[in-house]
Amino acid sequence: MSTTHANAAPTEGHAGEAHPDYIRAKAGLASWLITLDHKRIGILYLIAIITFFLIGGLLAVAVRLHLFKPEGTLVSPEVYNQLFTLHGAIMVFLFIVPSIPATLGNFFLPLMLGAKDVAFPRLNLASFYVYMIGAVLFASSLLFSGLDTGWTFYAPYSSGYAVNGVVMATAGAFVLGFSSIFTGLNFIVTIHKMRAPGLTWNRLPLFVWSLYATSIIYVLATPVVGITLLLLLVERVAGIGIFDPTLGGDPILYQHFFWFYSHPVVYVMILPAFGIISELTTVHSRKHIFGYTAIAASSVAIAFIGFLVWGHHMFVSGQSGLAMTVFSFLTFAVAVPTAIKVFSWIATMYKGSIAFNTPMIYNFCFLFIFSIGGLTGIFLGALSVDVHLHDTYFVVAHFHYVMMGSVFIAFIGGLYHWWPKMTGKMYHEGSAIVAAILVFIGFNVTFFSQFMMGSHGMPRRYATYDQVGAFEPGLLELFTFYHQISTIGSLVLAVGLFLSLFNLIHSLMKGAKAPANPWKGMSLEWETTSPPIEHNFEGQPIVRKGPYEFPEIFAAEQQGR
Amino acid sequence: MIPTALFAYAEGRTFWLPPQASTFAPSVDGLFYFILWVSIVSFLLCMGALTYFGLKYKRRQAFEPTSNIRGDHKLEIAWSVIPGLVLIVVFAWGLKGYMAMAVAPNDTLDIRVTASSWDWYFAYPDGEGTNEELVVPVGRPVRLIMTSTDVIHSLFIPAFRVKRDVLPGRYTTLWFEATREGTYTLFCTEYCGRLHSRMNKRVRVVSQAAYEEWLGTLEVTKPEDLTYAEWGAQLFSAYTCNACHSVDGSRLVGPTVRGLYQSTREFTDGTSAVADEAYLREQILVPASKVTAGYPNAMPAYAGRLSDEELHALVEYIKELQ
Repeated sequence: MSTTHANAAPTEGHAGEAHPDYIRAKAGLASWLITLDHKRIGILYLIAIITFFLIGGLLAVAVRLHLFKPEGTLVSPEVYNQLFTLHGAIMVFLFIVPSIPATLGNFFLPLMLGAKDVAFPRLNLASFYVYMIGAVLFASSLLFSGLDTGWTFYAPYSSGYAVNGVVMATAGAFVLGFSSIFTGLNFIVTIHKMRAPGLTWNRLPLFVWSLYATSIIYVLATPVVGITLLLLLVERVAGIGIFDPTLGGDPILYQHFFWFYSHPVVYVMILPAFGIISELTTVHSRKHIFGYTAIAASSVAIAFIGFLVWGHHMFVSGQSGLAMTVFSFLTFAVAVPTAIKVFSWIATMYKGSIAFNTPMIYNFCFLFIFSIGGLTGIFLGALSVDVHLHDTYFVVAHFHYVMMGSVFIAFIGGLYHWWPKMTGKMYHEGSAIVAAILVFIGFNVTFFSQFMMGSHGMPRRYATYDQVGAFEPGLLELFTFYHQISTIGSLVLAVGLFLSLFNLIHSLMKGAKAPANPWKGMSLEWETTSPPIEHNFEGQPIVRKGPYEFPEIFAAEQQGR
Repeated sequence: MIPTALFAYAEGRTFWLPPQASTFAPSVDGLFYFILWVSIVSFLLCMGALTYFGLKYKRRQAFEPTSNIRGDHKLEIAWSVIPGLVLIVVFAWGLKGYMAMAVAPNDTLDIRVTASSWDWYFAYPDGEGTNEELVVPVGRPVRLIMTSTDVIHSLFIPAFRVKRDVLPGRYTTLWFEATREGTYTLFCTEYCGRLHSRMNKRVRVVSQAAYEEWLGTLEVTKPEDLTYAEWGAQLFSAYTCNACHSVDGSRLVGPTVRGLYQSTREFTDGTSAVADEAYLREQILVPASKVTAGYPNAMPAYAGRLSDEELHALVEYIKELQ
């Protein structure tokens, strides 16, 4: 995006007057903890979120190791139930929901808009501390009570039967919801009011469009889960029957409330990942995005249709036939804009100049994994086939392909893409690519085998599977084989992820100094220094072109290619 | 380490799916394989294009001209409409299969299913029942009328391609017609707590004659060579009472039954009572009526699941445990 500065003064020329970057602008721990700078808040979020990812990931490895043998290798069923609950709850509520928007979104939204900060910097800081308070409540339930309901907290198990951590954990999730709402409000206002002169809606980078769609869901859906969790608390604490049938409540009502929030939240997770992929594909293949309008509009379409498909989580819980029909149809309706995006990303690479660097390797991994994740969703959207696959490992594999394999891999890809801008350091390309390949292989080995065991009927959330051998010949051997493959894959995946983490940490200490624009990107964040100065830009940037007008395109036009 | 079952499939199992043992299985599997092949073809097309572009347009020098293609309306309409049409076919096919599962024929054999943590109980039309196994005759439509005494469970028989949540306080139904004699597995697929993964039963599909013969053996009476207390000891583990109540005085999910009889019980509502025979009977049938202080209200109700003779045997057994 070609820009000029309003004051047009070459700031570099005034030695000594150049502003220090945001990392050096202020010193001391307090300057970080009470900062109002969106970039520093993004870094705070990044540290917190990666910490929770490591905890959730270690729990996942424990789960996989336990399932290496049919009778379980590590722990009792009670402890296993706590392990998978904590893995799911931490990964969903503390990691993946805030992951991309709160870290890369916080850091890059104002930069991409040419703004000094988000619209409400104090609200932004508040959202971080609200998140931390919610996370501490959540972590306390981990330490003190042994929460074992699964991350879905289904009533009446959660309201009448499970051990007592539910109260604290739901309180934690309730508080975390406010953090999401704060971030969503902040982003919506920022995108509407703080765009640089010339940055019209159809010149917005697609990452910004995806954050806009995400923010709409944050603001509209999160209150519902707040209400639901509050009702659950009321039921447990005051004994008023809402969901528990022995008190006159309705357990299916809980599922409707829960999925009315939790399905749109799937799109909160995946839409920012789509945004990152649009940026990686264009910048690293030096091409204008294929079908800008279709990609931007499909994000918003997915955000809205995504509100109307929650019932597909309840195909076997006893809804009316009409409800089932409508939910199944809308589920397929949401698949079409998603497919359009995948085709458009691949078409973008046609006649491009494709770099094989780490962000692009992750981009390829995303397209491979997300295609499988999306296509297996068709099995689950088809009513009669879903009856067979519902609540089996097929579902576990499907949502890990979409959440872990797509969202998380786009997140790492984006992290590598913007790492030079965020830290001012270049990472080591060779070891980063090796780590990416290990992550890719480990991921597919771990989760593809889960499709196989799921289609043969292996139910999810099973602490053991030794009992099934008694009834059908060969079934125990089959489940054992796929579980063992999956466990081996998870170890490869863990090694790959640790290697990536070391690669990034190593770059902080030993990395070469990053130039302002290592990938020759055209959106506004590449116009400022690496790392950016405290107020992002020297003077007000003015936008004259869209974010994907690469000079290579014009060179081609001049050559008549 | 690679099991032979993967390649030399036993009992009709294929690489992707369990054996087909109900009338639903062929149509569900037909749609499954249709989606599978659509997926494989579209996946290969996408990945093929990606690989080809990656190899052909790999960056070879730092600055190389690229094309100014920004979109193509014909192509975009094509790749919206074609997947849309395929998905409508999948939707209609899935709906048709689901409707067949939703509407049971009129002349079904009705079996009442009671789920409780962590056991299944199957009651046959004449009232006799068992928690040992589900036995159904081949070639006859069977309807399961299901309820739960505590939390949500879900009944899943992969070989029949059927699954339905089992809810407390209401009835859900599910029907199937088994087509193939053999032994299959019934799973609980809604997470229900500690022993969720052990809430499995054997399903046997047998001929009508064998079914009737088996039904005749189901009548539950005390074996003549046992006392009531001895039979009660057997029932205590058959009904998995021992999963939550120890007989040696140790604490499990619920209080131990050793020394229970004639002891004074303190309840969560602050009242107390002496555990006599009437108390023991009431607590087995409707546990939530009085909950012992310091323990969760976690026990499923056994009302309707025990004959009076069985209840007597259990009480006699507990009385002996002093």
